Amino acid sequence: MKTEELIRVLSAEASTRRSAPEPVLYLAALLSVVVAGALLTMTMGVRPAFSAALGDVRFLFKFVVTIAVGLSAFVLVRRALNPVSSETLPLAVLLVGPAILAVGVGVELWALPSAGRSMAATGKNSLLCLTVIPALGIVPLGLILGALRLGAPTRPGLAGFCAGVLAGGIAATFYAANCSDDSPLFVATWYPLAIGVLAVLGAALGHRFARW
Amino acid sequence: VGQSGIDAEDIVQETLLAIHVKRHTWRDDSPVTPWLYAIARYKLADAFRRQGRRPEVTIDAIAETAAAPQTESAMQWEVDRALGKLAPGQRAVVAALAVDGQSISETATNLGMKETAVRVAFHRGLAAITARLGRRP
Repeated sequence: MKTEELIRVLSAEASTRRSAPEPVLYLAALLSVVVAGALLTMTMGVRPAFSAALGDVRFLFKFVVTIAVGLSAFVLVRRALNPVSSETLPLAVLLVGPAILAVGVGVELWALPSAGRSMAATGKNSLLCLTVIPALGIVPLGLILGALRLGAPTRPGLAGFCAGVLAGGIAATFYAANCSDDSPLFVATWYPLAIGVLAVLGAALGHRFARW
Repeated sequence: VGQSGIDAEDIVQETLLAIHVKRHTWRDDSPVTPWLYAIARYKLADAFRRQGRRPEVTIDAIAETAAAPQTESAMQWEVDRALGKLAPGQRAVVAALAVDGQSISETATNLGMKETAVRVAFHRGLAAITARLGRRP
Protein backbone atom coordinates (compact mmCIF):
# COMPACT_ATOMS: atom_id res chain seq x y z
CA MET A 1 0.00 0.00 0.00
CA LYS A 2 1.38 3.35 -1.01
CA THR A 3 1.51 6.18 1.48
CA GLU A 4 -0.83 8.30 -0.64
CA GLU A 5 -3.37 5.52 -0.57
CA LEU A 6 -3.02 5.21 3.20
CA ILE A 7 -3.67 8.93 3.59
CA ARG A 8 -6.65 8.67 1.28
CA VAL A 9 -8.15 5.79 3.28
CA LEU A 10 -7.47 7.57 6.54
CA SER A 11 -9.17 10.75 5.42
CA ALA A 12 -12.12 8.83 4.03
CA GLU A 13 -12.40 7.01 7.35
CA ALA A 14 -12.09 10.17 9.41
CA SER A 15 -15.55 11.37 8.53
CA THR A 16 -17.35 8.14 9.50
CA ARG A 17 -18.05 7.80 13.18
CA ARG A 18 -18.79 4.31 14.35
CA SER A 19 -20.49 3.53 17.61
CA ALA A 20 -18.93 1.24 20.17
CA PRO A 21 -19.51 -2.41 19.18
CA GLU A 22 -20.99 -3.59 22.51
CA PRO A 23 -24.33 -1.76 22.25
CA VAL A 24 -24.60 -2.95 18.66
CA LEU A 25 -24.13 -6.54 19.81
CA TYR A 26 -26.84 -6.11 22.46
CA LEU A 27 -29.13 -4.75 19.79
CA ALA A 28 -28.25 -7.59 17.40
CA ALA A 29 -28.95 -10.18 20.10
CA LEU A 30 -32.27 -8.56 20.95
CA LEU A 31 -33.26 -8.42 17.29
CA SER A 32 -32.22 -12.06 16.91
CA VAL A 33 -34.57 -13.08 19.70
CA VAL A 34 -37.40 -11.08 18.13
CA VAL A 35 -36.75 -12.47 14.63
CA ALA A 36 -36.44 -16.09 15.77
CA GLY A 37 -39.56 -15.75 17.93
CA ALA A 38 -41.56 -14.13 15.15
CA LEU A 39 -40.42 -16.74 12.66
CA LEU A 40 -41.51 -19.55 14.95
CA THR A 41 -44.95 -18.10 15.73
CA MET A 42 -45.58 -17.27 12.08
CA THR A 43 -44.74 -20.78 10.88
CA MET A 44 -45.04 -23.62 13.37
CA GLY A 45 -46.13 -21.84 16.52
CA VAL A 46 -45.59 -23.20 19.99
CA ARG A 47 -46.76 -26.68 20.59
CA PRO A 48 -50.34 -27.48 21.59
CA ALA A 49 -50.99 -27.39 25.33
CA PHE A 50 -47.99 -25.10 25.77
CA SER A 51 -49.15 -23.70 29.11
CA ALA A 52 -49.87 -27.16 30.45
CA ALA A 53 -46.35 -28.21 29.53
CA LEU A 54 -44.95 -25.36 31.63
CA GLY A 55 -45.56 -27.56 34.65
CA ASP A 56 -43.36 -30.32 33.23
CA VAL A 57 -39.84 -30.30 34.61
CA ARG A 58 -38.38 -31.98 31.50
CA PHE A 59 -39.95 -29.36 29.25
CA LEU A 60 -38.57 -26.50 31.34
CA PHE A 61 -35.18 -28.20 31.57
CA LYS A 62 -34.76 -27.81 27.79
CA PHE A 63 -34.90 -24.05 28.19
CA VAL A 64 -32.41 -24.08 31.04
CA VAL A 65 -29.95 -25.86 28.75
CA THR A 66 -30.50 -23.81 25.58
CA ILE A 67 -30.50 -20.49 27.45
CA ALA A 68 -27.29 -21.49 29.23
CA VAL A 69 -25.71 -22.29 25.87
CA GLY A 70 -26.86 -18.97 24.42
CA LEU A 71 -25.70 -16.92 27.40
CA SER A 72 -22.26 -18.55 27.56
CA ALA A 73 -21.77 -17.94 23.83
CA PHE A 74 -22.95 -14.36 24.26
CA VAL A 75 -20.27 -13.76 26.89
CA LEU A 76 -17.61 -15.02 24.47
CA VAL A 77 -18.88 -13.01 21.50
CA ARG A 78 -18.90 -9.86 23.63
CA ARG A 79 -15.29 -10.53 24.63
CA ALA A 80 -14.38 -11.11 20.98
CA LEU A 81 -15.45 -7.57 20.05
CA ASN A 82 -12.44 -6.04 21.73
CA PRO A 83 -8.92 -6.82 20.44
CA VAL A 84 -7.49 -7.18 23.97
CA SER A 85 -10.09 -9.48 25.51
CA SER A 86 -10.45 -11.26 22.16
CA GLU A 87 -6.95 -12.71 22.55
CA THR A 88 -8.02 -14.84 25.52
CA LEU A 89 -11.41 -16.39 24.92
CA PRO A 90 -12.29 -18.75 27.79
CA LEU A 91 -13.90 -21.35 25.54
CA ALA A 92 -14.54 -23.63 28.53
CA VAL A 93 -17.52 -21.37 29.29
CA LEU A 94 -19.27 -23.09 26.39
CA LEU A 95 -19.31 -26.30 28.43
CA VAL A 96 -21.75 -24.87 30.99
CA GLY A 97 -24.81 -25.80 28.92
CA PRO A 98 -23.57 -29.32 28.07
CA ALA A 99 -22.64 -29.85 31.73
CA ILE A 100 -26.17 -29.00 32.87
CA LEU A 101 -27.50 -31.25 30.12
CA ALA A 102 -25.23 -34.08 31.25
CA VAL A 103 -26.80 -33.95 34.71
CA GLY A 104 -30.24 -34.15 33.11
CA VAL A 105 -29.16 -37.08 30.97
CA GLY A 106 -27.87 -38.86 34.07
CA VAL A 107 -31.19 -38.38 35.89
CA GLU A 108 -33.12 -39.46 32.79
CA LEU A 109 -31.05 -42.62 32.39
CA TRP A 110 -31.68 -43.42 36.03
CA ALA A 111 -35.42 -42.75 35.77
CA LEU A 112 -36.12 -44.45 32.42
CA PRO A 113 -36.27 -48.19 31.99
CA SER A 114 -33.55 -49.24 29.57
CA ALA A 115 -36.14 -50.26 26.95
CA GLY A 116 -37.42 -46.69 26.63
CA ARG A 117 -34.02 -45.07 26.35
CA SER A 118 -33.27 -45.43 22.67
CA MET A 119 -36.84 -44.44 21.84
CA ALA A 120 -36.48 -41.30 23.93
CA ALA A 121 -33.17 -40.48 22.29
CA THR A 122 -34.44 -41.02 18.75
CA GLY A 123 -37.66 -39.13 19.39
CA LYS A 124 -40.19 -38.25 16.72
CA ASN A 125 -38.84 -34.94 15.49
CA SER A 126 -35.13 -35.47 14.91
CA LEU A 127 -35.18 -34.37 11.28
CA LEU A 128 -37.40 -31.42 12.12
CA CYS A 129 -34.99 -30.47 14.89
CA LEU A 130 -32.03 -30.60 12.49
CA THR A 131 -33.73 -28.33 9.96
CA VAL A 132 -35.72 -25.92 12.11
CA ILE A 133 -32.90 -24.89 14.46
CA PRO A 134 -30.52 -23.89 11.63
CA ALA A 135 -33.41 -22.24 9.78
CA LEU A 136 -34.42 -20.18 12.82
CA GLY A 137 -30.77 -19.37 13.55
CA ILE A 138 -29.56 -18.21 10.17
CA VAL A 139 -30.85 -14.63 10.44
CA PRO A 140 -29.63 -14.26 14.03
CA LEU A 141 -26.24 -15.56 12.89
CA GLY A 142 -26.10 -12.85 10.24
CA LEU A 143 -27.04 -10.15 12.75
CA ILE A 144 -24.48 -11.29 15.30
CA LEU A 145 -21.74 -11.61 12.70
CA GLY A 146 -22.59 -8.07 11.58
CA ALA A 147 -21.99 -6.83 15.12
CA LEU A 148 -18.81 -8.88 15.24
CA ARG A 149 -17.55 -7.19 12.07
CA LEU A 150 -17.94 -3.85 13.78
CA GLY A 151 -15.67 -5.08 16.56
CA ALA A 152 -12.06 -6.15 16.25
CA PRO A 153 -11.88 -9.91 16.86
CA THR A 154 -8.27 -11.05 16.77
CA ARG A 155 -9.43 -14.63 16.14
CA PRO A 156 -12.23 -14.14 13.61
CA GLY A 157 -12.87 -17.83 13.00
CA LEU A 158 -13.22 -18.65 16.67
CA ALA A 159 -15.37 -15.56 17.24
CA GLY A 160 -17.58 -16.66 14.33
CA PHE A 161 -17.87 -20.09 15.93
CA CYS A 162 -19.11 -18.49 19.15
CA ALA A 163 -21.52 -16.35 17.12
CA GLY A 164 -22.87 -19.57 15.59
CA VAL A 165 -23.36 -21.14 19.02
CA LEU A 166 -25.13 -17.98 20.19
CA ALA A 167 -27.45 -18.03 17.17
CA GLY A 168 -27.97 -21.75 17.74
CA GLY A 169 -28.80 -21.17 21.40
CA ILE A 170 -31.42 -18.57 20.50
CA ALA A 171 -32.89 -20.74 17.76
CA ALA A 172 -32.92 -23.85 19.95
CA THR A 173 -34.67 -21.98 22.75
CA PHE A 174 -37.55 -21.15 20.44
CA TYR A 175 -37.57 -24.53 18.75
CA ALA A 176 -37.80 -26.17 22.17
CA ALA A 177 -41.14 -24.41 22.67
CA ASN A 178 -42.47 -26.30 19.66
CA CYS A 179 -40.73 -29.64 19.92
CA SER A 180 -42.67 -32.33 21.75
CA ASP A 181 -39.58 -34.40 22.52
CA ASP A 182 -38.70 -33.32 26.03
CA SER A 183 -36.31 -36.08 27.04
CA PRO A 184 -32.78 -34.87 27.85
CA LEU A 185 -31.66 -37.88 25.83
CA PHE A 186 -33.28 -36.36 22.72
CA VAL A 187 -31.86 -32.94 23.51
CA ALA A 188 -28.37 -34.36 24.01
CA THR A 189 -28.53 -36.30 20.74
CA TRP A 190 -29.96 -33.79 18.28
CA TYR A 191 -29.62 -30.25 19.63
CA PRO A 192 -25.79 -30.28 19.59
CA LEU A 193 -25.86 -31.45 15.96
CA ALA A 194 -28.27 -28.69 14.95
CA ILE A 195 -26.38 -26.00 16.87
CA GLY A 196 -23.13 -27.43 15.52
CA VAL A 197 -24.30 -26.72 11.96
CA LEU A 198 -24.69 -23.05 12.83
CA ALA A 199 -21.41 -23.02 14.75
CA VAL A 200 -19.43 -24.44 11.83
CA LEU A 201 -21.15 -22.06 9.44
CA GLY A 202 -20.40 -19.19 11.81
CA ALA A 203 -16.75 -20.20 12.03
CA ALA A 204 -16.41 -20.27 8.24
CA LEU A 205 -18.20 -16.96 7.78
CA GLY A 206 -16.33 -15.34 10.65
CA HIS A 207 -13.01 -16.49 9.26
CA ARG A 208 -13.89 -14.85 5.95
CA PHE A 209 -15.82 -11.75 6.84
CA ALA A 210 -14.90 -10.79 10.40
CA ARG A 211 -11.20 -10.26 9.70
CA TRP A 212 -9.96 -6.73 9.45
CA VAL B 1 10.56 -9.67 10.88
CA GLY B 2 13.24 -8.21 8.67
CA GLN B 3 14.80 -11.57 7.77
CA SER B 4 11.54 -13.41 7.18
CA GLY B 5 10.49 -11.75 3.94
CA ILE B 6 7.85 -9.60 5.61
CA ASP B 7 8.25 -5.88 5.25
CA ALA B 8 8.19 -4.33 8.71
CA GLU B 9 7.05 -1.02 7.27
CA ASP B 10 4.02 -2.69 5.72
CA ILE B 11 2.99 -4.01 9.12
CA VAL B 12 3.50 -0.63 10.75
CA GLN B 13 1.29 0.90 8.09
CA GLU B 14 -1.37 -1.81 8.39
CA THR B 15 -1.34 -1.38 12.16
CA LEU B 16 -1.71 2.38 11.98
CA LEU B 17 -4.58 1.98 9.56
CA ALA B 18 -6.25 -0.63 11.78
CA ILE B 19 -5.87 1.59 14.84
CA HIS B 20 -7.63 4.29 12.94
CA VAL B 21 -10.38 2.13 11.44
CA LYS B 22 -11.03 0.24 14.68
CA ARG B 23 -10.66 3.21 17.02
CA HIS B 24 -14.25 2.79 18.19
CA THR B 25 -13.35 -0.58 19.75
CA TRP B 26 -11.20 1.14 22.36
CA ARG B 27 -13.16 1.57 25.56
CA ASP B 28 -12.28 4.88 27.13
CA ASP B 29 -12.23 3.33 30.60
CA SER B 30 -9.41 0.94 29.68
CA PRO B 31 -5.69 1.64 29.08
CA VAL B 32 -4.62 2.40 25.53
CA THR B 33 -1.30 0.55 25.38
CA PRO B 34 -2.63 -3.03 25.65
CA TRP B 35 -5.20 -2.17 23.01
CA LEU B 36 -2.51 -0.84 20.66
CA TYR B 37 -0.32 -3.90 21.25
CA ALA B 38 -3.23 -6.26 20.65
CA ILE B 39 -3.87 -4.65 17.26
CA ALA B 40 -0.19 -4.73 16.34
CA ARG B 41 0.05 -8.40 17.36
CA TYR B 42 -2.99 -9.25 15.28
CA LYS B 43 -1.59 -7.47 12.23
CA LEU B 44 1.78 -9.17 12.62
CA ALA B 45 0.19 -12.59 13.03
CA ASP B 46 -2.02 -11.86 10.03
CA ALA B 47 1.02 -11.00 7.91
CA PHE B 48 2.72 -14.25 8.91
CA ARG B 49 -0.46 -16.21 8.17
CA ARG B 50 -0.73 -14.67 4.73
CA GLN B 51 2.91 -15.37 4.04
CA GLY B 52 2.53 -18.94 5.27
CA ARG B 53 -0.09 -19.56 2.65
CA ARG B 54 2.32 -18.46 -0.10
CA PRO B 55 5.81 -18.99 1.27
CA GLU B 56 8.65 -17.08 -0.32
CA VAL B 57 12.25 -17.99 0.37
CA THR B 58 15.07 -16.15 -1.33
CA ILE B 59 17.88 -18.26 -2.72
CA ASP B 60 20.36 -16.45 -0.44
CA ALA B 61 18.64 -17.84 2.62
CA ILE B 62 19.32 -21.44 1.67
CA ALA B 63 22.63 -20.95 -0.18
CA GLU B 64 24.61 -22.12 2.86
CA THR B 65 22.86 -25.45 3.03
CA ALA B 66 23.09 -26.12 -0.71
CA ALA B 67 25.89 -28.51 -1.66
CA ALA B 68 29.02 -26.96 -3.16
CA PRO B 69 30.34 -28.62 -6.34
CA GLN B 70 32.90 -31.24 -5.37
CA THR B 71 35.87 -32.43 -7.41
CA GLU B 72 36.29 -36.15 -7.06
CA SER B 73 39.68 -36.94 -5.61
CA ALA B 74 41.23 -39.73 -3.65
CA MET B 75 42.87 -39.10 -0.31
CA GLN B 76 46.60 -39.79 -0.06
CA TRP B 77 46.05 -42.66 2.42
CA GLU B 78 43.63 -44.30 0.01
CA VAL B 79 46.20 -44.21 -2.76
CA ASP B 80 48.89 -45.56 -0.41
CA ARG B 81 46.65 -48.37 0.77
CA ALA B 82 45.70 -49.35 -2.77
CA LEU B 83 49.31 -49.38 -3.88
CA GLY B 84 50.56 -51.16 -0.74
CA LYS B 85 48.65 -54.34 -1.58
CA LEU B 86 50.32 -54.71 -5.01
CA ALA B 87 53.38 -56.74 -5.95
CA PRO B 88 56.54 -54.51 -6.02
CA GLY B 89 56.82 -54.50 -9.84
CA GLN B 90 53.17 -53.61 -10.39
CA ARG B 91 53.32 -50.99 -7.64
CA ALA B 92 56.19 -49.14 -9.30
CA VAL B 93 54.40 -49.13 -12.67
CA VAL B 94 50.99 -48.06 -11.32
CA ALA B 95 52.60 -45.36 -9.14
CA ALA B 96 54.53 -43.97 -12.09
CA LEU B 97 51.61 -44.02 -14.55
CA ALA B 98 48.48 -43.35 -12.51
CA VAL B 99 49.81 -41.29 -9.59
CA ASP B 100 52.79 -39.40 -10.99
CA GLY B 101 51.25 -39.15 -14.48
CA GLN B 102 54.26 -40.33 -16.49
CA SER B 103 53.87 -41.73 -19.96
CA ILE B 104 54.35 -45.41 -20.80
CA SER B 105 57.64 -44.87 -22.63
CA GLU B 106 59.05 -42.75 -19.74
CA THR B 107 58.09 -45.45 -17.27
CA ALA B 108 59.59 -48.15 -19.46
CA THR B 109 62.88 -46.24 -19.68
CA ASN B 110 62.97 -45.41 -15.97
CA LEU B 111 62.24 -48.96 -14.83
CA GLY B 112 64.27 -50.64 -17.58
CA MET B 113 61.24 -52.59 -18.88
CA LYS B 114 59.69 -53.13 -22.28
CA GLU B 115 56.65 -50.96 -23.04
CA THR B 116 54.47 -54.08 -23.44
CA ALA B 117 55.58 -55.30 -20.04
CA VAL B 118 54.69 -51.88 -18.55
CA ARG B 119 51.22 -52.06 -20.13
CA VAL B 120 50.64 -55.58 -18.83
CA ALA B 121 51.87 -54.72 -15.32
CA PHE B 122 49.72 -51.56 -15.28
CA HIS B 123 46.65 -53.45 -16.45
CA ARG B 124 47.10 -56.22 -13.88
CA GLY B 125 47.83 -53.75 -11.11
CA LEU B 126 44.65 -51.77 -11.82
CA ALA B 127 42.68 -55.02 -12.07
CA ALA B 128 44.03 -56.09 -8.67
CA ILE B 129 43.08 -52.75 -7.10
CA THR B 130 39.63 -52.89 -8.70
CA ALA B 131 39.08 -56.41 -7.46
CA ARG B 132 40.02 -55.39 -3.94
CA LEU B 133 38.00 -52.19 -3.78
CA GLY B 134 35.08 -53.62 -5.70
CA ARG B 135 34.60 -50.78 -8.14
CA ARG B 136 35.91 -49.54 -11.46
CA PRO B 137 39.08 -47.43 -11.42
